[in-house]
Amino acid sequence: MHKKQLMKGNEAVVRSAILAGCRGFYGYPITPASEITETAAELMPKVGGVFLQAESEVAAINMLYGASSAGVRVMTSSSGPGISLMQEGISYMAGAELPCVIADISRGGPGLGNLGSEQSDYHQVVKGGGNGSYRTIVLAPYSAQEMADLTAWAFELADKYRNPVFLLADGFVGQMMEPVEFTNAAVEPKVPDWAVAGTKESRGNLITSLHMDNDELEAHLKKLEAKYMQAEREEVRSESYFADDAEIVLVGYGIVARILKAVTVAARAAGINVGLLRPITLYPFPTKEFERLRKRAKVFVVVEMSNGQLIEDVRLAVNGARPVEFHNRQGGNVPTHDELMALVNRLAKKLAEDKLFTDAELHVKETLAKVAAEEERLAHV
Amino acid sequence: MSSVIIPEYEVTHSRPNAFNKSYERKGELKHATHYCPGCGHGNVHKMLAEAIDQLGIQDRTILISPVGCSVFAYYYFDVGNVQAAHGRAPAVATAMKRSRPESILISYQGDGDLTAIGAAEILHAANRGENITVIFVNNGIYSMTGGQVAPTTLVGQKSTTTPNGRSIENEGYPMRVCELLATLEAPVYIERVGLGDNKQIAQATRAIKRAVENQSKGLGFSLVEVLSPCPTIWKMSAVDAQHWVRGVMEKTYPLGVYCDKTKDAHPRTPHAPAPPLSELRKIMGITSEEISAPEVKQEIAADKKKVDLHVRVAGFGGQGVLLLGEILAEAGLDAGMQVSWLPSYGPEMRSGTSNCHVRISSESIDSPLVALPDVLIAMNEPSLRKFDASVRPGGWVLYNGDTFPGDCERKDVNVLALPFTNIALEIGDARAANMVMLGALLEIADALPQASIDAALNRLVKSKKWIELDERALQMGRELYHEACVGV
Amino acid sequence: MDATAVKHDRGKMCVDENECKGCGLCMEACPPKVIAMSDHLNHYGYKTAEYCGEGCTGCGICFMVCPEPGAITVMRLKAKAAAAVSGSGLEGANA
Repeated sequence: MHKKQLMKGNEAVVRSAILAGCRGFYGYPITPASEITETAAELMPKVGGVFLQAESEVAAINMLYGASSAGVRVMTSSSGPGISLMQEGISYMAGAELPCVIADISRGGPGLGNLGSEQSDYHQVVKGGGNGSYRTIVLAPYSAQEMADLTAWAFELADKYRNPVFLLADGFVGQMMEPVEFTNAAVEPKVPDWAVAGTKESRGNLITSLHMDNDELEAHLKKLEAKYMQAEREEVRSESYFADDAEIVLVGYGIVARILKAVTVAARAAGINVGLLRPITLYPFPTKEFERLRKRAKVFVVVEMSNGQLIEDVRLAVNGARPVEFHNRQGGNVPTHDELMALVNRLAKKLAEDKLFTDAELHVKETLAKVAAEEERLAHV
Repeated sequence: MSSVIIPEYEVTHSRPNAFNKSYERKGELKHATHYCPGCGHGNVHKMLAEAIDQLGIQDRTILISPVGCSVFAYYYFDVGNVQAAHGRAPAVATAMKRSRPESILISYQGDGDLTAIGAAEILHAANRGENITVIFVNNGIYSMTGGQVAPTTLVGQKSTTTPNGRSIENEGYPMRVCELLATLEAPVYIERVGLGDNKQIAQATRAIKRAVENQSKGLGFSLVEVLSPCPTIWKMSAVDAQHWVRGVMEKTYPLGVYCDKTKDAHPRTPHAPAPPLSELRKIMGITSEEISAPEVKQEIAADKKKVDLHVRVAGFGGQGVLLLGEILAEAGLDAGMQVSWLPSYGPEMRSGTSNCHVRISSESIDSPLVALPDVLIAMNEPSLRKFDASVRPGGWVLYNGDTFPGDCERKDVNVLALPFTNIALEIGDARAANMVMLGALLEIADALPQASIDAALNRLVKSKKWIELDERALQMGRELYHEACVGV
Repeated sequence: MDATAVKHDRGKMCVDENECKGCGLCMEACPPKVIAMSDHLNHYGYKTAEYCGEGCTGCGICFMVCPEPGAITVMRLKAKAAAAVSGSGLEGANA
């Protein structure tokens, strides 16, 4: 048991990374992720690691490509616009099977957007913004403690799958100070056998994402796909909070999930049967958990600080079996406790009146109504 | 294949050892490179391989292959090989060299790669004086993609994207990389060589060896630009292309040494040795169980009453808004409670408004956002106007009552409109107003022991003078609260 | 490759037919001009360079200008053999 210390999630990330054996940080400052870069600048040289502020995010991610090729556990951090610039290198790293950890402390977009907290990087991070058939593993912390814990896990996953792993947090989770304890044991950095480390042993090694022969590239892609399938089997994580017997299942990640917890407690206190399902891995997505919960749940409610990005994965997971409602705030605004309580009350009322339907049910209803209307018309002809 | 043995003769020139014995490229093409007949890349490869052999650095060498015709350089060199994204080789090489300082990093790049898409990466690697070797092969055209214009294409030279010839109005002037990089302080060796005739080729061989040797001595950034024929895209015979390098290209790109600071260069200072793992926590300021003061706090924790405090602090940047909240949260943690502190951030930190949400609770904290504060500390009037409506009925609003023109409109909350800032001024510094207000808040909340406040102050305030001032301010705030509330 | 010739030149060069692409740079570069283009095509369909059989000084310039890593090998007469050549009064024949 280690003592808890008050610190920002952004500061916790770097400490946890160093304990996890990370000895390289190459980054470019951007609000609201800059504390990560600054903390790395302070700490990396003290632990025998390398810190370098790159000339751009493009250079930074390619420095990760280099350090990772050399067999170093390495990370960077950025936010929306910077992540966009890094997509090229992320695609190359996934293609060349290079591990790295990228912390995206997301902000308002598109373009320069603003500095407020949004979750609008979901698509570019979870679906991959770079070219080619690849995936990145995405972990979504919702507290300073999870910023530390999931960072340590991210390095394990990155090495296990030889693939980039994202830590996707919103500005609030990065900026928020909470008590943090570092439970992970310090990991001794070691050079993997595939690395190009400038040694006799590693002389024959090659890092490349290029496979000119069609069959060779197809075989490589199948190998990548097999890794992603394995991650989908082995790495899914989510938190179910009063969701097991809930009729209304709220869905959100990051800061939204914190608010939804408060809403869940308040709604339960008011006698409404509400629960929360919080995906912790956004890829692989906790599809099975949705399949389990949808047996009891009557409606899923996705709350996000983006324009309907998370909801796409929720709809796929629910697969039309239940209605999926949506509530969002954008531009740096946060869904408030009051507006969410109002939403929950409204849905509870609709449930009681049996007025919530899936798209398919609505379609059937509309069709039946049309048929009835046509019959009515013909009867009067 | 070239293992002809004639007893009276000894082999003086043959395939350098740094090349693979056969190339695992395509089934039937294991002996020849993929380069067109007369292409300069093969020459430059050979010069580089010879340098590696002669310097005895094959095991330590890492070659970064670029995007361009030499993308497959890794087929040929029996060294550590990494293929990089278009133009990014200097960034990749930078991190590899810094990660493995004993290795020898060769960034092999063409003119599209280095001067166009990778202009930023080469400029900054050079400017940082990375201890790497850059081999820059300039044939004045995008060859791999079929002959489009490059930044290095000569004025008037036709390409598939300058069908009427490069015009300075449209594409600008040919980019002279050696001249450009030589303006920087950091590079130690920059030379332009050519493959235009035997003499030029001999000089190119020497230059490439020097550029690699500089790195092995730790001297710093070296770059050799090689004017190199591309008979295929130039639509010339190999011999004519060679003559064109010497007779035409060289006029735009004069050969020579553009920078040589090798005599005065000093090897980079090596990394500080890595500390043992057991020291990492201490180095990073992670407190361990041994140094936490246990007994007092456990008592407090055991004795803690049910607390659930929501506080919003708001004011201008520089008024100590965030610090006030931080001390409150730190003290809460010290007292064994659950806490959260959530700031506004960004340009707000530097000018304009600043605010933070603080929660202190004996139970775990769900949302760190304080939508309905129990206490609002408004350190200026805009903050009062912005947030007073959000305060929970029965909650508290604290602001500078003597300086704000208007009153808090709310009738269902407790208002402490007192001269907090003037009191801070009286005791020495207006900037201590945040602590006077915190003192009053502590009395209102009545949840945190003085010992925890002291501990938080000592942890977060660096100067002794300020700790003393803040302690006095806190005390003044506590007294102010009692004076004001005697008649309430 | 005729190794049995009585006359020993100072050097010899040989071209690996599997690597040569027939660019002709070695022919252009060779100071004594003892390299020629062969008539037949190699495996890839290139005409290849070939040594004319005599007159090589072993200077190595052909190797230096050749773009292929291992297409050209250059040899020099060993010191002992060179002495024998010298004794035969044939020195200078390559100049």
